[in-house]
Amino acid sequence: MNSIALLLPLAIIMGSIGLLAFFWSLRRGQYDDMDGAANRILIDEEAPLP
Amino acid sequence: MSAQAHPEPLPSEALLETVLVVPGMHCAGCMGKVEGALRAVEGVASARVNLTARQVRVSHAGSVTTPRIVAALSGAGFASQPREDDAAPPPSAARALFAPLGVAAFAAMNVMQMSVGVWNGADGATREMFHMLSALIAVPAIVYSGMPFFRSAWGAVRRWRTNMDVPITIGVTLATALSLYETFSGGHTAWFDGVLMLLFFLLAGRTLDAMMRDRARAGVDALMRQAAPGALVVGRSGTIEWLAARDLVPGMVMRVAAGERLAADGTISAGTSRFDRSLLTGESAAIPAAQGDEVLAGTLNLDAPVDVKVSRAGKGTALAEIARLMEVAGQSRSAYVRIADRASKLYAPAVHTLALVSGIAWLAMGAGWYQSLVIAISVLIITCPCAIGLAVPVAQVVASGALMKQGVMVKDATALERMAQVTRLLIDKTGTLTLGRPVPDSRALDALSPEAAAIALSLASNSSHPLSRALAEALAQRGVTALPLDSITETPGHGMSATHAGRKVALRRPDASQSMATALDIAGEPVRLIAFADALRPDCAAAIARLKAMGIEASILSGDNSAAVATISRETGLLAQCAASPADKQDAIARLQAAGERVLMAGDGLNDGPALAAAHASIAPGSASDVGRHASDMVFLGESLLALPRAVAASRRTMAVVRQNFVLAIGYNLLAVPLAMAGYLTPLMAAAAMSSSSVIVVANSLRLARAAR
Repeated sequence: MNSIALLLPLAIIMGSIGLLAFFWSLRRGQYDDMDGAANRILIDEEAPLP
Repeated sequence: MSAQAHPEPLPSEALLETVLVVPGMHCAGCMGKVEGALRAVEGVASARVNLTARQVRVSHAGSVTTPRIVAALSGAGFASQPREDDAAPPPSAARALFAPLGVAAFAAMNVMQMSVGVWNGADGATREMFHMLSALIAVPAIVYSGMPFFRSAWGAVRRWRTNMDVPITIGVTLATALSLYETFSGGHTAWFDGVLMLLFFLLAGRTLDAMMRDRARAGVDALMRQAAPGALVVGRSGTIEWLAARDLVPGMVMRVAAGERLAADGTISAGTSRFDRSLLTGESAAIPAAQGDEVLAGTLNLDAPVDVKVSRAGKGTALAEIARLMEVAGQSRSAYVRIADRASKLYAPAVHTLALVSGIAWLAMGAGWYQSLVIAISVLIITCPCAIGLAVPVAQVVASGALMKQGVMVKDATALERMAQVTRLLIDKTGTLTLGRPVPDSRALDALSPEAAAIALSLASNSSHPLSRALAEALAQRGVTALPLDSITETPGHGMSATHAGRKVALRRPDASQSMATALDIAGEPVRLIAFADALRPDCAAAIARLKAMGIEASILSGDNSAAVATISRETGLLAQCAASPADKQDAIARLQAAGERVLMAGDGLNDGPALAAAHASIAPGSASDVGRHASDMVFLGESLLALPRAVAASRRTMAVVRQNFVLAIGYNLLAVPLAMAGYLTPLMAAAAMSSSSVIVVANSLRLARAAR
């Protein structure tokens, strides 16, 4: 019983963090350009870093 | 990274944002080139491509003008144009569903882990706590992620109608209420996990459906904005500036270069030229016009630059008249009922009756109110159209994705359904059956000596006249390489002339020729005439044969004169109706549809617009006019006409899979409903049955990934 009392809230809190992260990414427009995001990884960034 | 990489960070208040449409982007390389080219421009702070919308958002200092950005992009090899304010993409339908989907997934997973505990034998205080916690998570999640269904169901019920969302809403509400009652009365079973899983699967289906429509629309929107409607306007003081078509007003003078399309109706105030009206009327012969003659918006100036005084612009043009005709024609199609809605019309009353009957039957057999109600609700939950909600959208998404890879864009969500039913094809000639642009006669090109061919290519490549461009393209394709020429001059309306190794050479208008042709004149040699014709699309015969094998008879419906149509009719072996006006075309379709045929209209021109909108299904080539692309259900890219049989075959296969999906989904109900009616159904069984039937339906739909081959 004690372990459940600890584990359940823990699981729910961790789940909520995931949900909040999803909402944050949604609001930041990370799902606006799914095709672009898939292709962007293939672009070679050749410019020297500052 | 761009802001830091720039030598001088710009003050943020001075930055402007410009959004440009770049239809030519389609891969990572293009994205890199576009962003790189823009960042290299002095004064540009950042550039970010949105590949889905084929747009790039540039933030730049006020000193950077839009033409400068367009020039930088064309330097990198990409045509672009600033996005019109009224052409901003409509808000995405899928995005609104992402958040409810995420919440449903989160809540379903968390409630499920507690349900597993209950199913494994937790009882007493533990079970009560699990139920309480489940309710705490589930109730707000159900209210939030169920909203799209509740709203749509309320909208239907208010108008005394029913749709797929009505049984869903009733089932979800009753099951939640029952579970709450169980939770607070210390009962054995709660259905929270089932309800959330149901919502999750249904939302997944909805999201896929919306994503398909978004994607198709984004592709077509990019095409639509490609044709820049506008003109160079000559000001009073002789200044020339480019104005968009909607800013043109009567009285302005447009300067129209050879090879340009007119943006408004008007009369020629200076110059003479010939005009190609095929887009408006389907008529292929060029029409000469001189000072004082009237010319129409949408026609192509062929020969020489002219000044045109605008007489009607925007809504007053002959073009806008066709658009009005089209609007009326499109109304018949909006009466089409989607297969999912037709299914739910049968399904919803059946489900409600079944639940009611089993509740009453148990009551009549002496069971208590509580037990009868539980059984009625479990019947409702098990019959909730979870797999049925996925049956149509998943199949359509997979099929339209496969078609898009083959260059066919599905614009309308019901297009696949209607396309699968067609029995008859009416096809426009100019631009659809043919390429819609002049192609030089290959026999005339064969007859040219290698030197003459090289001279012709050199001359043609220096002109922007449509015939020159067609000639240069055809010669370059044959592997001819250009020769260096001296003192090249272009005389508008006459042709190109130059000297080669001391000899005068010219590519000019023939002295006397009825058809479209150009004369290659090399001093000391006989003048050679190169005839041009609008060639049939490749694979034309194969495409017509394949359609015939599928039971679809084709015939030509053209606005062109009978002589031109007869030639094509002989070549393809198709019957033809010629000199048809836009209204005639609409009538021809109405006659066939009244006779029970389902007509597929393939056309490209403005004159096909009303016919495209009136037909049961329609398809247009990517080279079509804005109006043609707008009115059609599907747009195919590339030259091959094989896209037509491919689209029809893929649509038919899609509908076959949709029907299989319905059988699978309803089959699962036939197995599970007797269990529910007999009172043996547990939440565990409901959850297992629901997810397995959904997975089977999705897996069956994935077979369509190769449907467009």
